Amino acid sequence: MNRLGRMAWGLVLWEILSGMALTLKTFFGPKATINYPYEKNPTSARFKGEHALRRYPNGEERCIACKLCEAVCPAQAITIEAEPRDDGSRRTTRYDIDMTKCIYCGLCEEACPVDAIVEGPNFEFATETREELLYDKAKLLDNGDRWEPELAKRLELDAPYR
Amino acid sequence: MSGFFQTDLGIVILTLAESLALIVPLLIGVAYLTLFERKVMGAMQLRKGPNIVGPFGLWQPFADALKMLFKETIIPTGSDRLLFMIAPMITFGLAVVAWAVIPVNNHWAIADINVGILYLFAISSLGVYGIIIAGWASNSKYAFLGALRSAAQMVSYEVSMGFIIVTVLVCVGSLNLNDIVMAQRHVWFAIPLFPLFIIFFISGLAETNRAPFDLAEGESEIVAGFFVEYSAMSFALFFLGEYANMILISAMTTTLFLGGWLPLFHCAPFTWLPGPFWFLGKVLFCLFVFVWVRATLPRLRYDQLMALGWKVFLPITLVYLVAVAGVLEYLGWLPNA
Repeated sequence: MNRLGRMAWGLVLWEILSGMALTLKTFFGPKATINYPYEKNPTSARFKGEHALRRYPNGEERCIACKLCEAVCPAQAITIEAEPRDDGSRRTTRYDIDMTKCIYCGLCEEACPVDAIVEGPNFEFATETREELLYDKAKLLDNGDRWEPELAKRLELDAPYR
Repeated sequence: MSGFFQTDLGIVILTLAESLALIVPLLIGVAYLTLFERKVMGAMQLRKGPNIVGPFGLWQPFADALKMLFKETIIPTGSDRLLFMIAPMITFGLAVVAWAVIPVNNHWAIADINVGILYLFAISSLGVYGIIIAGWASNSKYAFLGALRSAAQMVSYEVSMGFIIVTVLVCVGSLNLNDIVMAQRHVWFAIPLFPLFIIFFISGLAETNRAPFDLAEGESEIVAGFFVEYSAMSFALFFLGEYANMILISAMTTTLFLGGWLPLFHCAPFTWLPGPFWFLGKVLFCLFVFVWVRATLPRLRYDQLMALGWKVFLPITLVYLVAVAGVLEYLGWLPNA
């Protein structure tokens, strides 16, 4: 088309009208919104959420204080101190995770030889103060007790791929 | 009782009551326009829009208003305090004042004056003062750049809008908005003057600094343009002013081109509904298109904006004005002035 023809065609506003037709179509189309607090997206069995320290079914804590997680942690968010317990077994006396440093990479979970430290399905652990995000051993074990049914299920689902 | 409304005091009271009866629904309309915009734009972007505060998010405007009221008004140290506070009042005041002449039904206007359209045009031209004062008084480079852009843009588009209004006046033979609507009894001006109707609407977008002509705001380049430094209620006034201007331009488009309060067709089921209903419906349609355009089009570049105003709209409107005048003269259809 020559220059004049193009100018005349431009006056028809065809591109603008077709664009507006598209937005009008989506206006009446189905919406992708999820009403978050009431509806939630499904999460994968490998979802990396809040950390938890698991126990054996007899109540004994799994962690043997090998400190592999502490060593592998790229953000250096994990601090572990260990001492032999009265019965001679090696246990942690301190297991802290600084959740403000954690980058949720899941390497601690990968490194753990006894599936003690895991990242659970929970992602709704926002707090009002920074201090509440400095997790200690009690908090992590408590998380483990709270989420154990789901944690076990997730590990089982993911086991064939490990 | 009718005698009382002939006296000076009675006229003042009557006018005040009429103004209140107009301004209160207008403000509520402005508040709900913000919700309307968020809902419509949400739907066009596959979202639902606000739906938490009240049923379907209907209390959202009130929540927003309360938030604005409780925020702190910050006046920058380097600013001109007086002008800084006056600017949003000018913007908002002018947006409301212009409504005095808009007829919502046959002779339902606060001031049914015979230079209505001239008044309207004058007031909408004054709107640029609020913006340029805000930009200057803020003493901030972004605000200043935004104000400059806005002023240049509004002045450019006013020229072609002026020619369009003159064309309509040539067809009507009166400056009274009531007469302009009544002249569209047989056919709305949107049909014979279709290109002008479109150009008027696009110029209206530019005049109100709406997308795709929102260079004065230009979030991605100059933060928020002329009102960067404003907070709390002074910001809210700008916001209200912008939305009131949108409604005003929609009302102007309705009055000039879409037959004001006149029904769609002059036959039974359409004439049952009262005039204000039709007026409101047409204004709502225009507002929907405002939002629709915003949800669709990206922002223009500044030189494109200027080229569109001066090199496209101005010649077209000028030629169309002469052509319309010529045709009317040739056919002997010119109204008796």
